[in-house]
Amino acid sequence: MQNRISLGNLKEGETAVVRELSAGGSLRRRLQDIGLIKGTRVECIGISPMGDPAAYLIRGAVIALRSEDAAGIFVDDVGGTCVRRSNRLLTKNAGSMVTE
Amino acid sequence: MGLSKDSTGIKAASTELVIKKVNETDHVIALAGNPNVGKSTVFNELTGLHQHTGNWPGKTVTNAQGYCTYRNRGYVLVDLPGCYSLMAHSAEEEVARDFICFGGADAAVVVCDATCLERNLNLVLQTMEITRNTVVCVNLLDEAKKKRIKVDLEKLSQLLGVPVVGTAARSRKGLDKLLQAMSSAAGKESLPRSPVVTYSEKTEQALGRLTPLVNKICGDAVDPRWLSLKLLEREENLLVSIGKYLGFSPQENPEISEALCQVWEELAKAGWTPEELKDDLVSGVVQQAERLARAVVTVEHEGYNARDKRIDRILTSKLTGFPIMFLVLLVIFWLTITGANYPSELLSGGLFWLGDRFRELLLLCSAPEWLVGVVVDGVYRTLAWVVSVMLPPMAIFFPLFTLLEDLGYLPRVAFNLDKCFQKCGACGKQALTTCMGFGCNAAGVIGCRIIDSPRERLIAMITNSFVPCNGRFPTLIAIITMFFVSTAGGFGASVLSSMLLVAVIVFGVLMTFAVSKLLSKTILKGIPSSFTLELPPYRTPQVGKVIVRSIFDRTLFVLGRAASVAAPAGLIIWIMANVQLGDATLLAHCSGFLDPFAKLLGLDGVILLAFILGLPANEIVVPIIIMAYMAQGSLVEMTDLNALKTLLVENGWTWVTAICTMLFSLMHWPCSTTCMTIKKETQSLKWTVVAFLAPTLAGLVVCFLVASLSKLFL
Repeated sequence: MQNRISLGNLKEGETAVVRELSAGGSLRRRLQDIGLIKGTRVECIGISPMGDPAAYLIRGAVIALRSEDAAGIFVDDVGGTCVRRSNRLLTKNAGSMVTE
Repeated sequence: MGLSKDSTGIKAASTELVIKKVNETDHVIALAGNPNVGKSTVFNELTGLHQHTGNWPGKTVTNAQGYCTYRNRGYVLVDLPGCYSLMAHSAEEEVARDFICFGGADAAVVVCDATCLERNLNLVLQTMEITRNTVVCVNLLDEAKKKRIKVDLEKLSQLLGVPVVGTAARSRKGLDKLLQAMSSAAGKESLPRSPVVTYSEKTEQALGRLTPLVNKICGDAVDPRWLSLKLLEREENLLVSIGKYLGFSPQENPEISEALCQVWEELAKAGWTPEELKDDLVSGVVQQAERLARAVVTVEHEGYNARDKRIDRILTSKLTGFPIMFLVLLVIFWLTITGANYPSELLSGGLFWLGDRFRELLLLCSAPEWLVGVVVDGVYRTLAWVVSVMLPPMAIFFPLFTLLEDLGYLPRVAFNLDKCFQKCGACGKQALTTCMGFGCNAAGVIGCRIIDSPRERLIAMITNSFVPCNGRFPTLIAIITMFFVSTAGGFGASVLSSMLLVAVIVFGVLMTFAVSKLLSKTILKGIPSSFTLELPPYRTPQVGKVIVRSIFDRTLFVLGRAASVAAPAGLIIWIMANVQLGDATLLAHCSGFLDPFAKLLGLDGVILLAFILGLPANEIVVPIIIMAYMAQGSLVEMTDLNALKTLLVENGWTWVTAICTMLFSLMHWPCSTTCMTIKKETQSLKWTVVAFLAPTLAGLVVCFLVASLSKLFL
């Protein structure tokens, strides 16, 4: 097993690409409904004053997830705010990284 | 638990919905869309006041139907619940899916948010898989323009093969085009059925096997490719609906069931679990939406949500998040208190003057004295009190609250407070329903429908009345002003009374947490279930519309209800205060009986009796107290708080009585409307009783403690 980063590890301003959802059942489906599938690019845009939940930019919408749920969404870290400029290119690259 | 599968409506089919057609030729249009895309604005603008609201048969999902005409034809618009998907994970989604599929709609309009088109296209594609008579309405184009997001509507229409109309429903832009597209889509008989979404090779192979077989038996009733998809992913509850509606079960057809078994076996051999198959189906739609969005959406300015991010950083940061929340609360209450003072006095002066003329008129007609007493002193004066005390604060509070709602601030409150609710085993969305409770607890209880998990929904309902509703604010404000702030008035005094009111409310919120925690540790045991909370973009509210809407939808509704209980209550109280039994009135007997017990709580018999008689509406608690103290047995004009304070002090009120009365007002049984709403929503007497007892017990305990402690130390 390689080092696994989950969505919950992201800090404000960091971006990552979803690699795997470990949740099952209704949570898995709800996450998929809001567009979280393999290869989706997610940016953490803020954390609640009490440290939980955190808000994520997912396909143009801002969704808050509790850290407990975010911990089950494994991602490939693609770095901080500086990558935001060329997001389209990044999504493609990240996509191929996932499918390798 | 109280909410069984049946009561949340997992089984019932939505086709039992009665469509209110005016003419036989009327077309039925289903209006679908994600939450927060302005779907209800489109609905309201199209149908105006020709609306019916109710519930879906057997479900706690609201249903609204509206009527409009276009080119001499009538259209019944059915406003479907907002949902992200039609894969039926919740009661809302099931209602939407079943209606689009079996509800007999001639066309479906999917309302999308132009600023967030990609996710919205998900629902468009899923709808199109069911019916090709679909119109895509790309709404909020004005917002998109502000954020420099461009949507190529023509290209989208080309790619999808269905009409696409751009609208800005709040300013009525594009609605004519929408009507036109809607009417032509509804008129079309059959449309070519080419695949909407292309799935992975394996899935397509399986579909290629199934679709022709399904086509043979289902004909025109359902899209065969879509039905094959649902068969493939073993969507049980849909198959039940199909059996009910079409009268046959496709999976029981020997040819189909054999093909299905083979297909599943092949997929399993290729290493696909049912879960992976489902993932593939979901991914197919999401990726298609992504491709479409990439082709038609251009974001001119990369940081298009920079403004929202900046606002979020201020409203939800560690440093400023909570202070701003308290400040907003404080400002709202300050505006309500100071703003309501003057109109309240004016109204009460006017109404009581009118009452006196009314009395003179009755006496002039030589009406018997008891009749004058009942009508003027009993019914009219109670009514006048309720109207003059309630109307001004409500007319200020509700628009302010609706403004916050429209701005998009309330979800941020839920975001800030979620951790507290999580620790109590509750759902963060409870913060929203608690806020609604400030207006009216019954409205707050209905609002609990937004909470998905039945356990957490019950917690939210039971604890909703721990925040004071509009009917209780006047009582709290009056007591604060009389006993804790100099009645001289002025800016300082009004700020101080707002702060004290906020303190009372914060205490109510803390009690909400405590009781939520207690419930989730005892009778509603369970772990907090996951939740996703959307933080919609901030929108500039339309002040004028907000005021009109909140006055009509909320203020007059709540006032009407309060008035309708205040009138009969006034009658009963007058009778109780005027019927002599032995040496005292009925009212005096009752309060005398309650007095020893009430004294333990720091109250007196009259106060406790007032709360009991105030069950139908909390607004009449103070009038009853006044009526009982003034032995003359009718409500007198009490616009001057100094006179009222003198009356209360003469009857033994101290600051301890004031505190205990405020605490008891904050925590006692919910009003009868709230109780009935809880009964209706939970479909369970047991949970209604729990919701009745929880705040009552909390109030009894807290008041007893305060009273006993004060006796110890004073």
